[in-house]
Amino acid sequence: MSALVDIRDLTVRFGGGGRSVHAVNGVSLSVEKGEVLALLGESGSGKSVTLKSILQLLPPKRTKIGGSIRFDGRDVLALKGRALSDFRGGEVSMIFQDPALALDPVYTVGAQIAETVMRHESITREAAMSRALEMLQKVRIPSPERRLKNYPHEMSGGMRQRAMIALALSCNPKLLLADEPTTALDATVQMQVLLLLRNLQREMGMSVIFVTHDIGVAVEIADRVAVMYAGTIVETGTIAEIMKDPRHPYTRGLLAANLHGAVKGARLDAIPGAPPTLEEPPSFCPFAPRCPQARPECRAALPPVVEPGPGRRVACVLEAAPA
Amino acid sequence: MTDTTQTAVLPAEAPAAPARGYWGGVWARLRRDPVTLVCGAVLGLLVLSALFAPYIGLHDPYQGSMVSRLKPIGTEGHILGTDELGRDMLARLIYGGRLTLFLGITPVVAAFVIGTTLGLIAGYVGGWANTVIMRTVDVFFAFPSVLLAIAISGALGAGIVNSLVSLTIVFIPPITRVAESVTASVRQLDYVDAARASGAGDFTIVRVHVLGNVMGPIFVYATSLTSVCMIIAAGLSFLGLGVKPPEPEWGLMLNTLRTAIYINPWVAALPGMMIFVTSLCLNLMSDGLRSAMNVRQ
Repeated sequence: MSALVDIRDLTVRFGGGGRSVHAVNGVSLSVEKGEVLALLGESGSGKSVTLKSILQLLPPKRTKIGGSIRFDGRDVLALKGRALSDFRGGEVSMIFQDPALALDPVYTVGAQIAETVMRHESITREAAMSRALEMLQKVRIPSPERRLKNYPHEMSGGMRQRAMIALALSCNPKLLLADEPTTALDATVQMQVLLLLRNLQREMGMSVIFVTHDIGVAVEIADRVAVMYAGTIVETGTIAEIMKDPRHPYTRGLLAANLHGAVKGARLDAIPGAPPTLEEPPSFCPFAPRCPQARPECRAALPPVVEPGPGRRVACVLEAAPA
Repeated sequence: MTDTTQTAVLPAEAPAAPARGYWGGVWARLRRDPVTLVCGAVLGLLVLSALFAPYIGLHDPYQGSMVSRLKPIGTEGHILGTDELGRDMLARLIYGGRLTLFLGITPVVAAFVIGTTLGLIAGYVGGWANTVIMRTVDVFFAFPSVLLAIAISGALGAGIVNSLVSLTIVFIPPITRVAESVTASVRQLDYVDAARASGAGDFTIVRVHVLGNVMGPIFVYATSLTSVCMIIAAGLSFLGLGVKPPEPEWGLMLNTLRTAIYINPWVAALPGMMIFVTSLCLNLMSDGLRSAMNVRQ
């Protein structure tokens, strides 16, 4: 089966000013058509950077990207100029963490959606505006005709994120990149937006890469999960596999640290320590210093990637040689 | 799958132009701000009277009379008195508004266009373009603006065109700097990334998203510069570097009436009053516009 997105050995290094940060270190993942993949990880684990490199949104001067990203068989990292503009928004689009910042404050929501539509399809402004209206109806914004003429600051947070989704989906992309789209929202609104995204994804048959640090959100939306730590993917699997049978110690730690089911007064099982700074590329398992099951060989070399089942991958010595 | 091209959802409510667009909102906010409205009215009156000066039955501003020199305010036939050559002060003040306002506004408009362009390039492109433009601008900042205007005017020689050029050069640096800093802060906001993620090229981003967001702050700043520009222009004329007599211009009038300050102080102070009132109104109005044009309140 040919995947829609195929990322191989992606490395991203931010340089300049003498200090460099190895934000992504050899990420490989693939997303099938119509599949929702959640990239799960804590802050600074390279989730957003991976996402942004698909659209080449990282500042080109200070970024060194290695590896390959293929979308529908094409090399994404080689896209330039016109082809890149058509690719962005036309085939792959993105929604952001804070919709209050991701919508331009000086234009109405309708104008912004229409502008994007007109950029990708040669249609009149009227046709683009009616498409915008249709999109607002699709994301279930109440009284869409009026909202079309609203500025972003005249809307609530949930409504803004819906408008952002409408904007991102206005050109029928094949892949939607969602960069923690529910983090800035209230818990109840979060749920609504997740359900909406899930419905739209099924309806339009698109693939989604959903970045989140909230395992509960990942369960709600994703088919498959890739757990990231320090710029590497430590474990990949379906949502059921990850929840029921986490193999990597970090994934186990994440699940144990979850608030759900925690007893009042009891201390949470937090993972001790902090993630590495990544000024050097990791030469051994980056989780070893915090790992409760670390062995001497963990600090000797990078862990092998084991495939215990189809589509399942774990990067851990324990998996390679069970005790 | 739904058909995304169907538009017959709500046939009765075809998308129309926004009922209350951006300027509608600005006006609604301005209406609740009496100070700005009064200042705007005063300025409007000044501009209108200057524009229509020949048609409102004034005396000839160039026609002097040796017998009626330095008449006080309230004299029959000369409501605001006469100047040192017996010319009607009211006519000269209103005619003078033409040149003074022209000298106050034109350089700012020119500097606004040039400075915004430079600032956008410096702020958006960054790197060496930023260094070249901003360091050059810094050189101009080393001189006080009045001194710079006098120096350039002095080098170019007296005259209206030369003072326009020198004032434009004086006001390009501050506008460039404001434009650059606003652009640099807008450039890294999420919506610029979002626009890029939806396929906008650099040109579109600058034209639509950056310009749309930096225009307001720069425009307001430029409005506040107009009063400074008018004062410096009047200063240049006062020093004999701008307008030449017998042209009526407030700064020049202030200069020529200077000698009459002990004989008829009220008349001598009138051009200064005009400069004061106009620049005060400009400043207050730019403050009002600043808050009214801010959509995000």
